[in-house]
Amino acid sequence: MGQAYSTIAFDPAKCDGCGKCMTACASVKFDSTDTTRSLIQIVRSGGASIEPPRPGEFELALCRQCADPKCVTVCPAGALGKNGATGVIDWDASKCVDCLLCTIGCSYAGIALDEHSGRVSKCDTCDGKPACVPACPTGALRHITTARIYNEVGSWEDLFAPGLAGCQGCNTELLMRHALRRVGPDTVLATPPGCVPGMGSVGFNGTTGTKVPVFHPLLTNTAAMLAGVKRQYERVGRKVTAMAIAGDGGASDVGFQSLSGAAERGERILFMVVDNEGYMNTGMQRSSCTPYGAWTSTTPVGEHTRGKSQDAKNLPMIMINHRCEYVATASTAYMEDLYDKLDKALAASERGFAYLHVYSPCTTGWRFQSALNIEVARKAVESNFVTLWEYTPESGLHFTRPVNDPLPVADYLKAMGRFRHLSPEQVEHIQNKVAENLRFVRKIAEQADER
Amino acid sequence: MHTTDYLIAGSSHAALEAINAIRMHDGEGAITVVTRDPHRPYSPTVLPYVVSGRSTPERVYLRDDDFFAHNKVDYRSGCALAGIDPAAHQARLADGSTIAYRKLLLATGASPVVPPIPGIDRVDYHVLRTLDDATRLRAAMAGSKNAVVLGAGLVGMHAAENLVKAGASVTIVEMSKQLTSGYFDEVAAGMIEQAFLGNGAKIRTGHRVVGLEPGPDGATLQLDNGDTIPADLLLVAVGVRPELGYLDGSGIATERGILVDDSMRTSVDDVWAAGDCAQARGFFTGTPVMNAILPDATVQGRIAGMAMAGDPGLKPYPGGVPLNTYHFFGRHAISVGSAAVPEGGRAQVRFDAASGRYLRAVFDRDERLTGIFGVNEFFDAGVMAQLIVRRTDLGPLRERFFAQPLATGRELMSQLWR
Ligand SMILES: Cc1cc2nc3c(=O)[nH]c(=O)nc-3n(C[C@H](O)[C@H](O)[C@H](O)COP(=O)(O)OP(=O)(O)OC[C@H]3O[C@@H](n4cnc5c(N)ncnc54)[C@H](O)[C@@H]3O)c2cc1C
Ligand code: SF4
Ligand code: SF4
Repeated sequence: MGQAYSTIAFDPAKCDGCGKCMTACASVKFDSTDTTRSLIQIVRSGGASIEPPRPGEFELALCRQCADPKCVTVCPAGALGKNGATGVIDWDASKCVDCLLCTIGCSYAGIALDEHSGRVSKCDTCDGKPACVPACPTGALRHITTARIYNEVGSWEDLFAPGLAGCQGCNTELLMRHALRRVGPDTVLATPPGCVPGMGSVGFNGTTGTKVPVFHPLLTNTAAMLAGVKRQYERVGRKVTAMAIAGDGGASDVGFQSLSGAAERGERILFMVVDNEGYMNTGMQRSSCTPYGAWTSTTPVGEHTRGKSQDAKNLPMIMINHRCEYVATASTAYMEDLYDKLDKALAASERGFAYLHVYSPCTTGWRFQSALNIEVARKAVESNFVTLWEYTPESGLHFTRPVNDPLPVADYLKAMGRFRHLSPEQVEHIQNKVAENLRFVRKIAEQADER
Repeated sequence: MHTTDYLIAGSSHAALEAINAIRMHDGEGAITVVTRDPHRPYSPTVLPYVVSGRSTPERVYLRDDDFFAHNKVDYRSGCALAGIDPAAHQARLADGSTIAYRKLLLATGASPVVPPIPGIDRVDYHVLRTLDDATRLRAAMAGSKNAVVLGAGLVGMHAAENLVKAGASVTIVEMSKQLTSGYFDEVAAGMIEQAFLGNGAKIRTGHRVVGLEPGPDGATLQLDNGDTIPADLLLVAVGVRPELGYLDGSGIATERGILVDDSMRTSVDDVWAAGDCAQARGFFTGTPVMNAILPDATVQGRIAGMAMAGDPGLKPYPGGVPLNTYHFFGRHAISVGSAAVPEGGRAQVRFDAASGRYLRAVFDRDERLTGIFGVNEFFDAGVMAQLIVRRTDLGPLRERFFAQPLATGRELMSQLWR
């Protein structure tokens, strides 16, 4: 398998051209205050029309550490090479003959002449700890380290069988494969009715769809059964993770009483909810997690109704009120965040009840193209339609991916068919609901900060 | 008889890029490389630095044995291609053996031209194209007091500088009126000339050597005006030309090089050519040209490899653009594109005597960049080449571009990146 690498990402919309990254780089790399020597160069964008350019009218020239680097291919001295372990294009000063051919090869001005030394210079990502990134005050520069997940997870065993019958582009399949990979083989899995067993987790013809023990509780008793199984294992002295992968219907409606009971008793289980905002497996009926205005087969769009007329229940906030060991919301559009939370939930499930609520767009029920799942998931977060946070009894609630400059919720709603019929008033209702929800969660977060 | 899916003749830039491109698309097909050179791959471009001692022969190799093992390449050095039978899909090697191929790439580069000067066969002279040439020249340079370099192209000039620095008295003889013509304009060439003169070199431009005689320490050159110059070291660097004897009887069309289309295909089926041996479309002329430079060899090698492997991502060759970088006595010169001013276009020039910065930029009638040349004025040649190849309209930015080619070039490219 190939190797993934960390990278420095630039968001031009956030850059105001302050140049602090260049100051940091010149200082760290050359002990100089001359920003022309910086290996990251902020330039005005070609689209900038007035002088000086406004925020958002900047671009950068920086080595992209290409996978298929042209500078390397044109170097006659073998002085440049892609480092297979770090992904960085390494420059060997002792081999370089200063011919400048690499500056012909690169179309991005990623390697250039440092007139001071008379030699070429390029970004080496500061050995994986870029000095420019923390110097950026606006968040325009980010160091993306998600590659770690790809590299690590790739070597873990996928504990679901191949060939599950999920819909094309299904986010739930992606999520559950990742989650079970992380939680590992010493797991007993409960998958109540819903898409997860629907696509085959409990198997066919006497074989399971997983490589770990799996059972199929009722919608109503998942948490109770799983708690019992876990206690039995504890009684015989075996350390296993008891994990549920349940849909939002199974958790927030008919299964809620056993969920609430297990949480209140502090059962040592990891309960993951895959929230696709409805009973999608059985024909797309509404659940208490279906948002206001959404079309489902039981909240149709016609002469009298215009989609669901009630707001969604905020289940993760309710779980906080059980003072669980750990409660968090997550999204597959933010894998690093998701993995971080999986790690914490797993650890917490050894002490008490761990609850992980993952928003999971549904191509079939929400009506969008199968290639757009992560896009939709990301827009949900970027518009604050859903918020990503975590809670522990000790430190309270904290946002893990705060969005301070959200997209209008209409951008999110437009990304799918189930909201196509909305009137402007309905969109406004939803926008207000987003604001209210956010205020509510923020209040709790502020209390945590006061402690 | 050895059989292979891909047979590649040559082991330099064009060949190495073709291997990369083939392996990107076809992980398994058998690749065999036959090369005339006895060594592992290296670049001719690095040789002046082997001559000067800046680099050493052991440190210039571009690939190690692991690379070939890892990429499942059967690498055969000291093994020259001697003939091709395209109908039978067979290649004959210099040792008389035969290899059957499915697809063949000719990446055999070019060799120094040795002009037919009367007497040249009776004197000892040097050329610089292979590692062995470089080692031999370096050894000879150590004892040289009177060196003559024939030809003032970049290879000759670089060698002349090395000889000057090694303490020899150096004379450069060049047929045309100007040094480095074809790379730099008169002004830039004048700066180069001054630097050489200032460092004690003698320059005889506008002169031809009409005869060579063995002399007391080496050779004696006779110029067309009757002057004679003694040389204990003679370097012939008047240009390069592909050696294509192996094509005899193959029916593969050639002019000055092997004619290829925009996917580097030759006139016969299942044979491609790339690099210095190929004659491909020129970006400015639209007709087949020789553009014997390293970056173009890699581009062509890549395209040929993709075409041979059937990679659907192949984009046709945009046409060759001249691109050169050159250092002389601590200064650098960069040339990108065509020096000629197109009809209706214009050239802009600036020179700052104090800093020695010189810049000339050429635009066509639609304000698009067609060439840019600088001495001691650094700009990103790769970005400039993109602006030319993408025929970018500089429009209102042209003045700013000329004042600050580095910053403005990056700024323009930033728009094209996204
Ligand atoms: C001294 C010097 C300096 C240079 N400086 C620059 C520079 O600054 N910038 C620049 O852009 N370019 C420069 N060049 C040119 C550049 O090196 C070439 O354009 C480039 O190497 C071309 O690559 P290629 O793969 O086409 O051929 P080459 O590099 O010429 O390689 C040809 C290969 O084919 C092999 N071969 C030849 N005949 C046969 C045969 N019959 N059978 C099998 N194998 C054969 C050879 O052994 C060799 O491996 C320089 C060249 C020289 C000599
Ligand atoms: S300047 Fe150095 S790194 Fe760049 S191509 Fe030349 S030898 Fe290689
Ligand atoms: S990562 Fe380091 S070397 Fe690269 S641009 Fe940032 S500060 Fe400079």
